[in-house]
Amino acid sequence: MTKHMTRKATRHISQNEGLIFEKSSPGKAAWKLPPLDVPEVDTAKLLGKQERKDLGDMPEVSEIEIIRHFTRLSTWNYAIDLGMYPLGSCTMKYNPRVNEFVARIEGLANGHPYQAEKISQGALRIIRTLSDCLLEITGMDAITLQPAAGAQGELTGLLMVRAYHQSKGNARKKILIPDSAHGTNPATAATVGYAVENLKSNERGMVDVAALAAQMNEDVAALMVTNPNTLGVFEQEIAKIAELMHAKGGLLYMDGANMNALVAKARPGDFGVDVMHLNLHKTFSTPHGGGGPGSGPVAVKKVLAPFLPTPVLITKPDGTLGFEYNCPQSVGRVRAFYGNFGMFIRALAYIFANGPDGLRQTTEDAVLNANYIRKGLEGVYDLPYSTPSMHEVVFSDRLQSKKGVKTMDLAKRLIDYGFHPYTTAFPLIVPGALMIEPTESEPKEELDLFIEAMKSIAEEVEEDPQYVLDAPHNTRISRLDETAAARKPVLRWKPEGKAV
Amino acid sequence: MRYLPKSPADRAAMMQAIGIRSVDELFSPIPANVRLTRDLVIPRQMAESEIVDWFKQRAKENGEGYTSFLGAGAYSHYRPVVIDALVQRGEFLTSYTPYQAEFAQGTLQAIFEFQTMIAELTGMDLANASMYDGSTGAAEAVMMAVRVTGRHSAAIARSVHPEYREVLNTYATHQAIPQKLVSFADSGRIDLKELERAVSDDTACVLIQSPNFFGTVEDVEAIAEIAHKRGALLIVSIAEAASLGIVEPPRTADIVAMEAQSFGVPLGFGGPYCGVLATKEKFVRQMPGRLAGQTVDKNGKRGFVLTLATREQHIRREKATSNICTNQALVALMVNIFMTVYGKVGLRELAKQNLAKAAYAADQFSKHARVLFAGAPRFNEFVVETSEDPYAINSRLLGHKIVGGLPLKKFYPELGHTALWCCTELTTRSMIDTAVGLVAESERSVRSMQETAEHEVVR
Repeated sequence: MTKHMTRKATRHISQNEGLIFEKSSPGKAAWKLPPLDVPEVDTAKLLGKQERKDLGDMPEVSEIEIIRHFTRLSTWNYAIDLGMYPLGSCTMKYNPRVNEFVARIEGLANGHPYQAEKISQGALRIIRTLSDCLLEITGMDAITLQPAAGAQGELTGLLMVRAYHQSKGNARKKILIPDSAHGTNPATAATVGYAVENLKSNERGMVDVAALAAQMNEDVAALMVTNPNTLGVFEQEIAKIAELMHAKGGLLYMDGANMNALVAKARPGDFGVDVMHLNLHKTFSTPHGGGGPGSGPVAVKKVLAPFLPTPVLITKPDGTLGFEYNCPQSVGRVRAFYGNFGMFIRALAYIFANGPDGLRQTTEDAVLNANYIRKGLEGVYDLPYSTPSMHEVVFSDRLQSKKGVKTMDLAKRLIDYGFHPYTTAFPLIVPGALMIEPTESEPKEELDLFIEAMKSIAEEVEEDPQYVLDAPHNTRISRLDETAAARKPVLRWKPEGKAV
Repeated sequence: MRYLPKSPADRAAMMQAIGIRSVDELFSPIPANVRLTRDLVIPRQMAESEIVDWFKQRAKENGEGYTSFLGAGAYSHYRPVVIDALVQRGEFLTSYTPYQAEFAQGTLQAIFEFQTMIAELTGMDLANASMYDGSTGAAEAVMMAVRVTGRHSAAIARSVHPEYREVLNTYATHQAIPQKLVSFADSGRIDLKELERAVSDDTACVLIQSPNFFGTVEDVEAIAEIAHKRGALLIVSIAEAASLGIVEPPRTADIVAMEAQSFGVPLGFGGPYCGVLATKEKFVRQMPGRLAGQTVDKNGKRGFVLTLATREQHIRREKATSNICTNQALVALMVNIFMTVYGKVGLRELAKQNLAKAAYAADQFSKHARVLFAGAPRFNEFVVETSEDPYAINSRLLGHKIVGGLPLKKFYPELGHTALWCCTELTTRSMIDTAVGLVAESERSVRSMQETAEHEVVR
C-alpha cells in the first residue's frame, strides 16, 4: 500500500445496482394513461398481420425503482460538477444551469419544426442572434447551424470545399492533414471522396511550412488545420500557410475544436481561414452529456456562402425571419430540420452571460490555467515540445515509461486521486502523450490539487511502479478486460437461459 | 464574470508562479497583426434574470397555446417528469464520453440497457449507442449496406421522409451510390412491381420507411423477399418509434434506422433528437457509431466498456466506418428512461391510444373530405385531401389556435391539395372535432362556390 495520500478524494459508499431488466416483474408499472376519449379500436382489424402482440423482454418496473436505478448509476460517473476534468481538446468547462433552464421554457422546448414561420419567429430570432454572435467571434461572413456535431461540421465544410472547386470546374483530389490532427479529419475527408495526404509537423510542433510548400499543388482542395493545434500550440505562420494555400487556389479549413484559446483574442477570419467549424459543446458550454448531443456550426468566407446547406435563414421584405429553400448551389441538407436547436439556446445563453468582457477573461483564464499546470509539472513529466502553450499542454510518459508505466497507467492512477484523466496517447505525434486542458472553470485550489496529485503519482512510479500499474484502486470496479469485450462482444442483455 | 472562479489575487499569484507580468505575454505566440485589440461586438454581459427574460420573450413570439396536428418525423408525446429530473443530474449532464470506463459505469450501463431495449423493440439482434438523428442514421445505414454487400446502388422508396432522402443525397453524392427512387401505389405503400424492376444484382440495399411518411404501414415481409432474392439488404427507417408498441417490428430487415424522438425527447424545433441503428449480429463490425459491451474487471465483476472501437475514426482515421465521433448520449438517456417508464405493457397501451385517436380523426375527416391511402393499415398519421389549398385552410386554423396538418405539395407536387395529419395520445377528441369542423366548413363553402359557379355556367 502506498503512503501517498489524496487530498481531493476519499472513498465513500456507493450503491450496487443491477440491470433494469433484473428488477422487472410482470404487473409493475410506472405509467398511467388518461381514459381514452374516442372509441376503442379493434387492433386486429386495423392492423391485421402487422399487429404486434408481444414486446418481448422490455422491463416492467415502478417509478421509485426507476429513480433509484438511474440515480445510483449516476453516482458511478465522474463529472465536471464533481471536479476538474482535464481532457485535452475536449474543453470540459462548466455547463451553466441557466442554459438548461432557458432551453426548457415552454414554447421553445415544444416548438414543432414544421409549424408556420408566423408562429416560429422566436426560434428563428434565436438562430439569427446566435449566428450573428458566432460570425463576430470568428470573423467570418456566413454560417450554418445545421450540422449535428463537430464531425458533421467537418463533413459540411469539406462538402462546401468540394462544391466550391467543382464550381470552378475541378473538384481536385486530396486534402492535406497534419499528423497532429484529430481522427475525424481524415475520416471526414474520406467520406467526402477525397484522398488524404499527411503533412508532417516541424520540430516545434507546428505545420512545416517548407513541406507544405512542397506538397501544395493544384490537386489539393484544402488544408485542414486545428489552431491552436492539438499540442496547444498556436500556428504562428498561419498567415503564410493561408497564403500558400490561396496562391495555388486551395482553401484553408480550420477545425475549431480549440477555439477556447482564441475567443475575443483572435479571429480565424482575420488570419486567412476560409471555412471552419465550431463545437458548441466545447467552446460555448453546452453539456457533453456523457457523449452528446453536440452541435457543429460551420462558418465560411463570402466565396463559400452560396454552397451553405439548405435551408438558409433569411430576413424577408416585411422584416420577419424565414427559411430560403431555393439555393441552387447548395451542398444540400446534412440533417433533417434545422440542427440541434436546443444547443443553440444554451450556447446563446452562455454568450449573453459573458458578453465581450466575460468572453475575453474566459479565454485569458483558460490559457493562464494551462500555463500554470505546465509550470507546475515541468521537470516532473517530459515536455516534448517547449513551444509556448495556449489553452492546453502536452507532456509525455518518457520518464515514467522507463519504469514500465505508460500514460494510460498514470491516467488510471489519477482517478484514485479524484480527478478525471487527461487525454491519453493523443496527439499521435507525441508517443505516450498526456494532453491536459484545464479550461477556465478551475479555481487555483483545484489546479494546485491536480499538480500535487500528478507529482505524487510520479513519485509513486519511482517507488512502487506496480501499484500504479494496478490502478485504479478506489473505484467500484478495477480495470476492465477490453480485449475480451471486443473478441466476443456482448452488446445486449438476455434473460438467463435464452440464446445470445 | 460569475462563471470564473478566480480572484484578482489568484491570477496575480499564478502569473508570478509562471513568471509573467501580464497575461498578454501568454498570447504573444499569436502574431500581433491578427490579435484582436477591440471588444467583440456582441450583446453586453447580462444578469441571469435578463437572460431568462430574453428567452421568455422569444418563447412568446413563437406563439403559445396552439393545438398541433403536425407529425412528419417530429412527434408530440407526453414526457414523464422523471426524465428531466434524472437527465439533469450533473453526473449525467456534465460527464464526457465514457472512455475511462472505471469512472463512467453509470453512462456505460445506461447505454447497454438502451441498446438492449432498442434491439428488443426493433426486432434486431443488437443496436448501437445512438446516431445524430433519423435522417443521418438512414444515410449511414445505406453506406453500411454498401460496405456489407460490396455493391454500389440503392433503391429508395419515395415514401421515405423527404428530408431524410435529401440528407441521403448529400451523403451519397461523393460515395458514388446511384439511387433509384421507387414510387408508392394507390394504397400509399411502395409499388412492389416497380421495386422488383428497381432491384438489380448491383443493388446494395432497399430503403423504406414504415410507418412511411404518409403514416402507412408497409408490407415489410414482401419487400424483404424482393430485396433478399437479389442479394440486397433491406433497411427499414422508422420515424415514429411509438408505432413499435403495436406494429410488428421489421424482423425481416437487415438494418433498422430509427428516430427515437417520440420516446421522451422534446420537439425542440427539430433537435437534438436521437437516431439509432439496429442490425443483425453478423453485420456488427460494419456498423458505425459507438457500442457499449459487457465485460469483467480483474476481480471478475461485471462492468461495461465502449467496444469494437477499431471501426471508429479515432483508431482507423480515413479507413473508419464513419466519421461520426459523438453519439447523442444525453438524449439517448431520455429515450432510455421513457422506454423504462412505459415498458412492456405501457408502450403497447400508449401505441393503442395513438392508433385509436388517429382512427377516430381519419373517420371524422372522411365524412367531409377525402382520406387517402385507405387500403393499407396506418398508425397515427393519415393524409387528407381537401378542395381548398391546405395552406389556406391552415392559416385560417391558426386563427383558432390550431396548427393543421403538413401540406404535402412541397414534397409531392402530384398530391395537390393534401396534408399529413397526426394524432397522438395528447390529441383530445374535442381538438379533433374542432379541427374537423373547421375543415368541413371550408369544404362546404368551396363546394357551394363551385356549385354556384357551375350553375352560372349552365345558365
